[in-house]
Amino acid sequence: MHFGPHLLLAALEGFVTSAVLALTALGLSLVFGVMRVVNVAHGEFFMLGAVLAWAISTAISGHPALGFLAALVLAPLIVGAIALVAERLVLRRLNYNPEATIVATIGMLYIIQQLALTFYGPEARPVEPPFSYRILLPWFGYSGYKLSIIAASAFLLLATWFVLTRTKIGLVMRATQYDSETAQAFGIPVDRVYAGVFALGAMLAAVAAVLIVPISQAHYLMGQDPLLLSFIVVIIGGLGSLRGTLVAAVLIGLSDGIISVFFSPTLAKIIATLLVAMVLVFRPQGLFGTASR
Amino acid sequence: MKDASPAKPYALHLGVIALLFALSFVLPDYHHGLLARIMVLAVFAMGYNMLFGYVGLLSLGHAMFFAAGLYGAGLAVIHLGWSVPTAFASGVVCGAVLSLVIGVLALRTSGVAFMIVTMMFAQVFYLVILYFASWTGGDQGMVVPQPARVLTFGATSLDLTNPIVRYMSALTLFSVVLLITLAVVRSRYGRVLVAIRENEERTKMLGYDTFSNKLAAVIMSGTICAASGAAYALLFGYVGSSFASVQYSILPLLWVLLGGGATTLGPLIGTLFMYYVVDITSGYTSAYLLIVGIALILLVLFFPKGILGTIRHRWLAWLP
Amino acid sequence: MDKSKTFDLSKTGLTRRTALKGLAAGAGLAVAPGFVRYSQAQSSAPIKIGFQSHRTGIGAAYGRWYEKTTAAAIKAINDAGGINGRPVEVIIEDDGTDPGRGAEVVGKFATQHKTDIVFGTLFSHVVIGSAPAAGEAKMPYFVVSEGHHVASTKLNRYVFQPGITDVKSQIQAMAPWIAANAGKKVTQIFPDFAFGYDHRDYLPPALKAQGAEVIAQIAIPPTESSFTKYFPQIPAETEVIYHVMVGPAVLTFVKELGEFYGSNRPQLFGFIDSLEATDINSPGLEFLDGSHFWEGSPRYAQPDDSAAQKAYRAAVGIDDNGAAVGDPKDVSTAAHMFGCWETLYVVKKAMEDAGYKGPEDRAKLVEATEALTEFAEGPEHPQGPKTFNGKIHQCFGIQNISKVEGGRLNVVHKTKIEDGLYEPEGDYTTQSL
Repeated sequence: MHFGPHLLLAALEGFVTSAVLALTALGLSLVFGVMRVVNVAHGEFFMLGAVLAWAISTAISGHPALGFLAALVLAPLIVGAIALVAERLVLRRLNYNPEATIVATIGMLYIIQQLALTFYGPEARPVEPPFSYRILLPWFGYSGYKLSIIAASAFLLLATWFVLTRTKIGLVMRATQYDSETAQAFGIPVDRVYAGVFALGAMLAAVAAVLIVPISQAHYLMGQDPLLLSFIVVIIGGLGSLRGTLVAAVLIGLSDGIISVFFSPTLAKIIATLLVAMVLVFRPQGLFGTASR
Repeated sequence: MKDASPAKPYALHLGVIALLFALSFVLPDYHHGLLARIMVLAVFAMGYNMLFGYVGLLSLGHAMFFAAGLYGAGLAVIHLGWSVPTAFASGVVCGAVLSLVIGVLALRTSGVAFMIVTMMFAQVFYLVILYFASWTGGDQGMVVPQPARVLTFGATSLDLTNPIVRYMSALTLFSVVLLITLAVVRSRYGRVLVAIRENEERTKMLGYDTFSNKLAAVIMSGTICAASGAAYALLFGYVGSSFASVQYSILPLLWVLLGGGATTLGPLIGTLFMYYVVDITSGYTSAYLLIVGIALILLVLFFPKGILGTIRHRWLAWLP
Repeated sequence: MDKSKTFDLSKTGLTRRTALKGLAAGAGLAVAPGFVRYSQAQSSAPIKIGFQSHRTGIGAAYGRWYEKTTAAAIKAINDAGGINGRPVEVIIEDDGTDPGRGAEVVGKFATQHKTDIVFGTLFSHVVIGSAPAAGEAKMPYFVVSEGHHVASTKLNRYVFQPGITDVKSQIQAMAPWIAANAGKKVTQIFPDFAFGYDHRDYLPPALKAQGAEVIAQIAIPPTESSFTKYFPQIPAETEVIYHVMVGPAVLTFVKELGEFYGSNRPQLFGFIDSLEATDINSPGLEFLDGSHFWEGSPRYAQPDDSAAQKAYRAAVGIDDNGAAVGDPKDVSTAAHMFGCWETLYVVKKAMEDAGYKGPEDRAKLVEATEALTEFAEGPEHPQGPKTFNGKIHQCFGIQNISKVEGGRLNVVHKTKIEDGLYEPEGDYTTQSL
């Protein structure tokens, strides 16, 4: 294949990766930014979203789009509820101590993974896409569903941005993020904000997973990679910066797609990872963050 | 840290070493073998604790130091035919050099960025192992040949595959590292590290060069972890990329947090505890990860400072 | 190595065992579950087989079916009177598909459960990680992995693979058929790790010998979950795509290949490893219709199945579609799991030949296994006849090439044993026991 089309394909793939990554990382970034909690179980919420999508879509017969839409609504709600319970039962009682919450979320990671293995099984299972339209380009075919993921993700990101910047809920969240003690003094129920943020973060991961599962598969170990990539995105983008998270997600997604055009894939990953690490070393506040307080 | 008489802590540590030595003669075979492994991995955890517990730097990439020792020693035997002592030294040197490089780079960051940077360097290290699969055996790993795992002193030779020799070698390494750790944390330097953890700015203002103190801690920590990896390769005869994966960066963190950060014996207790929880529960159910997860959460809820940290906090303030 | 020079603490003064006796009554030790004492095996006591199973971790989908097949084989062996008149008992330990834990599990079998042998490992890195522990414990270790590691003679004298052909042999046996029926210009797509390297290294010379050639090799990192970006590297003149992807992302791989090519695709030849435990009729796999697969043992029942094959399928509990009886969605790992069944019968034969009585006869068992040369097709070897090379501890059998037609896999070609033979790379029998 010629270079141009090859690059186009790599870019398309990169945008799909970016779209899913942006949603997942945004969830992590919110939890991180507002609560200062490193949620190691974030990838497992992603996995739960995918597994639930499979369960819901197989339970509903009829056109695949029906099952998928039901999953798109229900799976994040269920995951959000689980996250809420985890937050109330564990994280709150730990007072959001950074080190203790890392251990606790590692514990959650094990629990969720094992429950998925026990009740869902070790197999990778597919979910049928709501529609299967193949876009025929002059050089290659491309999945129409994949393009729709980019659109769906963009819509969800816009909605989140709207909530964060244009509503009272968003204001309360930002106030808590900026200074939780002052927020408390002004009568903001910081405790409830934390619970909501943790649930919302998990829901964003679950939505991302529901979107990706028709082109990937649900598997009980699928949470590992999104977790690592999300961490990278959050740090590169700068803590709690919505814009930074988005730009970093696009950057990471595209570079993953395009570097592999030029190098052997393992070497490509080595170079990409090293580059990101160096960015962090020489600009620790991230590309878009302000200097740390 | 209170400055009680030095006799008590030293007596305790020598007592622990004596107990481990005595256990070698009474433990059933299986637990004997398991404890040898636990001691080697506890060294890994002690190396981690040096940085995390005392300096307060949370690294998510210590698997690379362990793996540097593992491969530094293992590949020296496999490809170069080096003897056990030189191979062990090679592993330790690899770890020291790597931790110097990583330290210089990663210490430009702090907090969460430090976590991620170390994690990414470890990921690079892991991918490099996979990339040079023809030398490293890639993901399958390689066997360190049994005949090469012999320590020779003139006419006598110690076969490292013999369970008792292996146990005593592990105990020797463990004891040396434990006593070094104890000496370091009780020294002036150890107190500077704790001061950096508690308030870096103030320590700097008092005239301490915090960067070089932290760098020294990273190198010491990385070198100890590499010693553990080198011992693992030589004592257990396998080098493989899974030891460089993220999982093995999280494990020492877990062990240290469980046992108690910034306690000298915490890493041993944490490692011991985790190993036995997995070993015992896996005998009853294949869902043992569930039990491990629940145990972790319960521990962190009710023993937030780790097992030994809680004991020190409530009862024995003199514990180092 | 000269044993007499070995420094051995157990010969000095207080031995561990005498001290142990003194403490055996200690209540603390007695109640802890790990400290159960096992009595010496007597003549009527069961033969204990330690099964190192992938119950968790990346190999879990395989582990479950390996356990089912093993349970069926053990039941059949016990119903027929056991081994040397003794019943056989299986003790399962999970290795988490991790080489470090694998070595610990072998140690646990040797020193705590005191099993007679260890058996059943599939994933190569676990085999290689566990092999040193097995060699040191002088524990016969029968793996069902299909990796080339055993036959490479890089492990040790206690490791055997007598129930499934290794991958180097499989690849070599595929080459004549591919060159004659699929096409001469082959592009390989394989995972960028050891399992893929076997295909990368052994296919090109094998194809060359048949007058065909590999024109491109595309290695994909094992962590990849999306593949489309690699497809432009497939040269346009490719006649056959040879794919051996493994892991949970393979469905994605096939689907994306389908989206990329549509109906206008080169021939496809793959190793069923990609789709073990996966329904061939899953959404998105329509693209595979008309393509060919290697199968160790056919997943779908074939018209010419032997009585032994039918009996084996019934015993294990898989239906004509290779899924669990009663649960058509629970697809088996049929192409590999037969190896568990056949390995256990090899163990039975070798134990009977050796007059095996207990762990003190392990060396005899090793020698008796090495002395085996042939396994005839039949109830004990339902997959087909095999030869066994005692020097490299590896068996060689026939391979199947199946075509995807009408939503099932139909065997279109069976290779001969000779197609897969190669020069031995070493000799385990020169190592001391």
